[in-house]
Amino acid sequence: MFTELNSILNTTPDSFTQGDFILLSDRQSDASFLIHHFLSLYLRARCKVWFLGLVQSFNHYSAISQRLGVSLTQAKEKGQLVFLEGLNESLSVLIPREADTGSEAMGFLRDPAVGLKSLYEFVRTSATSSGGGEPEPEEWGPPVLLVDDLSVLLSLGASVGAVLDFSHYCRATVCSQLQGNVVMLARCDGEEEEEDGDDGGSERLLRGLTHQCSLTLHVQGLPTGYCRDIHGQVEVCWRRRRGDGRCTQKKLFQYKVHDKGASFFAPGTSSAVL
Amino acid sequence: MAAPVSTVGKPSTERSPFNTTSFQKKTRTKLISIPGTRPSVQNGQLLVSTGVTSLDYLLGGGLAVGTVLLIEEDRYDSYSRMILKYFLAEGVVCRHELFVAAAQDNPDDILQELPAPILDDVAIHKPVEQPRLSCEPQDSLDAMKIAWRYQNLPKVQSALASSSRFGHYYDVSKTMEPEIRQAAKCHCFYLPEHPTHTMLESYSALLKSLQEVINREGFDVAAPMTKSRNILRIGLHSLGSALWGDDLSCHDNPRNGHALTTFLYGLRALLRSSLSVAVVTVPSHLIQDRALMGSITRLCDNAIALESFKGSERETNPLYKDYHGLLHVRQVPHLNCLASKLPDHKDLAFKLKRKQFTIEPLHLFPFNMFVSVLNLSADDNEKSLTLVLPACFYYRVSKSKVKLY
Repeated sequence: MFTELNSILNTTPDSFTQGDFILLSDRQSDASFLIHHFLSLYLRARCKVWFLGLVQSFNHYSAISQRLGVSLTQAKEKGQLVFLEGLNESLSVLIPREADTGSEAMGFLRDPAVGLKSLYEFVRTSATSSGGGEPEPEEWGPPVLLVDDLSVLLSLGASVGAVLDFSHYCRATVCSQLQGNVVMLARCDGEEEEEDGDDGGSERLLRGLTHQCSLTLHVQGLPTGYCRDIHGQVEVCWRRRRGDGRCTQKKLFQYKVHDKGASFFAPGTSSAVL
Repeated sequence: MAAPVSTVGKPSTERSPFNTTSFQKKTRTKLISIPGTRPSVQNGQLLVSTGVTSLDYLLGGGLAVGTVLLIEEDRYDSYSRMILKYFLAEGVVCRHELFVAAAQDNPDDILQELPAPILDDVAIHKPVEQPRLSCEPQDSLDAMKIAWRYQNLPKVQSALASSSRFGHYYDVSKTMEPEIRQAAKCHCFYLPEHPTHTMLESYSALLKSLQEVINREGFDVAAPMTKSRNILRIGLHSLGSALWGDDLSCHDNPRNGHALTTFLYGLRALLRSSLSVAVVTVPSHLIQDRALMGSITRLCDNAIALESFKGSERETNPLYKDYHGLLHVRQVPHLNCLASKLPDHKDLAFKLKRKQFTIEPLHLFPFNMFVSVLNLSADDNEKSLTLVLPACFYYRVSKSKVKLY
């Protein structure tokens, strides 16, 4: 949990808006440090968290969360965290063996044209089963779904439409139905001005997701070039509905990632400069 | 996590018979000691050497076990192939196991071209020398009078010490001797030997073969500790080229653009759960789709791109006369930590010398070279001046002189 980011977003573990769809995106940069912030924030806020860790192993997230003061293994044991380790599950699908009966969450790898329904089913069954079913020993807060990251689904063959459908269904279930939050990371690689006619899949995904969300954090490199002390800039954009129209508020910050967190500051006020 | 250092048990250390004192360095029982590896100073990950010491420095000390290094090939695949051979030769010297897959050349041919290591204390197979006993009166000439404590040590350092070094040097003009090479266990995957019907099957056949080797030879982290642990070095040559059945490099809009990326995802899954490290070369200059190249890069942990000057106009450019090509670091991983160690310089150039592959920052344009180039074009009566200058100087060219700011 990055305290400076909390003050920028006006969130604390005790008070945060519910029903939010937060989009983390980056362009030729790496926004995964923000996922760790939200993971530790919601775990500290005693929310029930579902984490689809599709790109890294559990130990990676666990090691970083340890530095941020949260233990993922403990949260898993207590039932607060439900973790889908995409890498592990995918192996049983990619290299099929006869005696395998793993979870079908990554089943779309067999035939990506089918779509991401199996992944959504995983989310839905784990989300709704905890609602009904047997009484929970501990009372957790509102549910939160974190996805790291959506663009890898495009690399694995899913179409942009399927990924947008998946995010829409997740938002409908978690945000509207269960009054929880959804945080998704989408990565983009090209320059913004380029319009590759047929491709630009990740661009279309990013645009579609930006339309659906209520808060975006867009990470980019510095427009003036590479700097060792300032790792990039973050553009925070609130898209709130006020009556009929939408009220958007944008703020720009520069950031530097440390070993145990990240610091955010107004452009030009880096400690290396002042 | 790549190679969790603390979860694998450590084989008992053998007390070297050549210690002069009885003190033994106290090692934490949780650390494993596999020859040819060392823990990283940043986050304790297990690192192996790529065979090129300057590349090790660029990657933050070495290649982390459980990660993939992507090398974007240069145009004629000369230097990327060289780095792959360095990587495999380092595996032979450190007594790791090798897995080589290629579609173009037979992996055995690649293994026969490995460069010879420069070891002062030669071979791995030489029997360990026994320490000289002090009761040998005929060596009175050699008997030490001042440093008599070292009398018992052998004159030549044994092979035990050389294998514990991290990163070796190789002589490119000689090939590795067959005895040294055959000491290492190699698994080969030559695509024409595995006939497949569709394109997607060649990558899945490779993935399946990799998993078989990992499980059979015990590189799985979850496998029970029956014998001492070793590292599997995987070298995959020219993935994405047409010989693998992939049309990524042939068409602008490939039919199955996700075949290679799905393979890389499965490779990452295999590596994160085993004690292995992979180097993959991809002919990126043939892949037109930049976004696809971006997703390939993101699915690998480390990524560098080589751009050689061979055949281009830069070969004769006096600015680059000391170097063979440019090296771009596309990605450095940050596994198990938030911040990654980015290289200080972004302009890097490499040169392949006989005994070393050096990677250096491209030095600033020296002023006297600038003057000599100006004189050249003045003699040729050229009105226009085209120079490649690094962006650190501002300059203004007027009729009579050039001002540098």
